[in-house]
Amino acid sequence: MHALANPLRFQKITDAVLPFVAWPAAVLAPIALYWALFVAPADYQQGDAYRIIFVHVPAAWMASFAYLGIAVASFVALVWRHPMAEVAARAMAPVGAVFTAIALVTGAVWGKPMWGTWWVWDARLTSVLILFFLYLGYMALYDAFEDPARGARAASILALVGAINLPIIRFSVDWWNTLHQPATILRRDGPAMDPAMLYPLLTMILVFKLYLVWVTILRIRVHLTDRKIANLRLAAESRG
Amino acid sequence: MWQPLWALARRDLRLALRSPAETFMGVIFFLVALSLFPLGVGASPDILTRIGAGVIWVLALLAVLLTLDRLFQADLDDGSLDLLHLAPAPLELVAFAKCAVHWLTSGLLLVIASPLLALLMALPPEAYWALPLALLLGTPTLTLIGAIGAALLVGSRRGSVLTALVVLPLYIPVLIFGMSAVDGVLLGLGGRTAFLILGAMLLAAASLAPFAIAAALRLAAE
Repeated sequence: MHALANPLRFQKITDAVLPFVAWPAAVLAPIALYWALFVAPADYQQGDAYRIIFVHVPAAWMASFAYLGIAVASFVALVWRHPMAEVAARAMAPVGAVFTAIALVTGAVWGKPMWGTWWVWDARLTSVLILFFLYLGYMALYDAFEDPARGARAASILALVGAINLPIIRFSVDWWNTLHQPATILRRDGPAMDPAMLYPLLTMILVFKLYLVWVTILRIRVHLTDRKIANLRLAAESRG
Repeated sequence: MWQPLWALARRDLRLALRSPAETFMGVIFFLVALSLFPLGVGASPDILTRIGAGVIWVLALLAVLLTLDRLFQADLDDGSLDLLHLAPAPLELVAFAKCAVHWLTSGLLLVIASPLLALLMALPPEAYWALPLALLLGTPTLTLIGAIGAALLVGSRRGSVLTALVVLPLYIPVLIFGMSAVDGVLLGLGGRTAFLILGAMLLAAASLAPFAIAAALRLAAE
């Protein structure tokens, strides 16, 4: 892990990883979309309207997965003072926030025909909304200080405090009686879903995950380049 | 180890009592903001009875939020925060002592004032004990969670707006269970479970939050 603290080496490794996530994501995305939207059978109750699940569920999974990534990276950053972990966490935050927004919006679009309402204040929806607010707070706190190192560490502490929301999201549908349907895929007695729908869904989740890693790496690069430019400017200034 | 904590608690308490205008700001906000609601939504008792408990809870959240600024900012400004780092007591306990005194001078006042607010909102008689009891269990949690946000943002350029953004999402669980406790009593369902969960959240916050607060304060001192 300490080997990764060197930005140059870190960048070299991410550069090596990049094609292995970018290409599969780019190739799999149209396949998974076609599979999900045209090949997978229509639902006997919801007809074709259920197909929004192929965007909604992967986005929602990535929303909490990205936050989990931020929390783990923040923990590493706080315990080992790992500079790259902070950069990685910061890079993941906007991506996760957008996935959360997508999950909320597609959920609303799906809820209108199925539940008859855009929004209900049930436990699952509320806890995901809190997740969205946590993302916003994390990003705002990160940029709130003149000293970027202070902001990074403050945001790391907040990310760890907010991680308590993750199990609440996961189990909200079990602990409370919610309008949102209970867990369908990760269940003790196997997924309660027809394989013809499950496999395209899993493929979409894989595509979303690859995309998340891909964009995160690109954003890390931007952060590192930003820092390099700032350092070069400083050096140029001091030389006069 | 306990002596410096006592000294700190006495000092904070004395500071709070010597500037009553600041100390009572939270509870005055509580009253003034509440009086807006009958004017805004209409003063008919059945509307007030239905929304009363929720309004009082939300205002309690905001009142605690308002008072968070004075928790560490004054100590940073006059340099006593650095001395607290050097105090012969762990920073975690220092943070806990500061939270305890802060609650005595903010949350406790809200608890005491809440029956009066229940009266103004035309709540049924059961609310006169259910609401203060729920607030008694809930407001210390609000102080402890809020102190994390206040400590993280101490010394930042745009403190208070950001404190709200950071702290309010973490307040939502307290609001949810606080409301279901009061509602449970008012609707005759018995709010026992919700009261117990409020207590559990208080215990969890009291045991975990001081560590986060101390970590944030160490950061501010660097």
